[in-house]
Amino acid sequence: MPRHTTVEIGEQLPRRAYTPGTVQLFLYNAAIWNAHRIHYDLPYAQQTEGHPGLLVDGPLQGDWLTQLVYDWMDDGDELVGFSYSNRRAAYLGDTLTASGEVSAQENGRLTLILQLTNQSGEVTTQGIATVLLG
Amino acid sequence: MALITESIKRCIGTSLPPFRFEVNRNDIRKYAVATGQRSSRYLEGDEAPLLFLFSAMMPVLPLDQLLDDGHKPDDALLPELPLKRIMAGGSEFDVHRRIYAGDVLFCRQTIIDIYEKQGAQGPLIFLIFENRFETEAGEAVVTERLTRIAR
Repeated sequence: MPRHTTVEIGEQLPRRAYTPGTVQLFLYNAAIWNAHRIHYDLPYAQQTEGHPGLLVDGPLQGDWLTQLVYDWMDDGDELVGFSYSNRRAAYLGDTLTASGEVSAQENGRLTLILQLTNQSGEVTTQGIATVLLG
Repeated sequence: MALITESIKRCIGTSLPPFRFEVNRNDIRKYAVATGQRSSRYLEGDEAPLLFLFSAMMPVLPLDQLLDDGHKPDDALLPELPLKRIMAGGSEFDVHRRIYAGDVLFCRQTIIDIYEKQGAQGPLIFLIFENRFETEAGEAVVTERLTRIAR
């Protein structure tokens, strides 16, 4: 939901949980033209690369952090900066919850701290966004 | 132990020739659905979300050029390193303007830094790439600094 209000430091962005399934991972990797087998070939992922399951792509997790910001921004706001880093692997079957808060505001520019955590509370991806208020 | 030799350092500043790509409405729509977007401007393909650019960086290669694991071969900017396992380390973007369906963009990739650090489980080499996305007229659209880590 867009914010439509004045912004306070510490304000929480509405959370969103993602539980990607096989079909979503297939469609995502088709959309980005990525054939790496760790995302769709379970025997290969387990037996050759030693993963417990199919991996959720790192850039997909980065995208989910941008969605948190896009969904919160008002129409005139602009995302002018964004960074993310994948901290630990996420696997098919995990529930990944995107959350964030406003950490700074200066001259109409907001800094948002973002993260994606799995069902065990472990951070899989961290991010920072800069939004220019409209 | 210094892992980064003079010949590796000399790769800093190397660029690939820019490549051109068109931002296609249908590609945006597929990407938006696959990523679970809720915003109509992406779902209808009017505008591309920032991370859509990741798809532009994936080359379309003949099947027989893909590796056994399905990956594309490493790109030509990656120097020969003493550490062989390459991992994604994240990205940082400066967004100069939004990306729209119909945009024709050029991307130039440059390796801008290589350095090493001692990680908890051994040495790591960090490779920083800059991807500059511009219009044909040279208008900056997005500048990305992509980190890859060799271990």
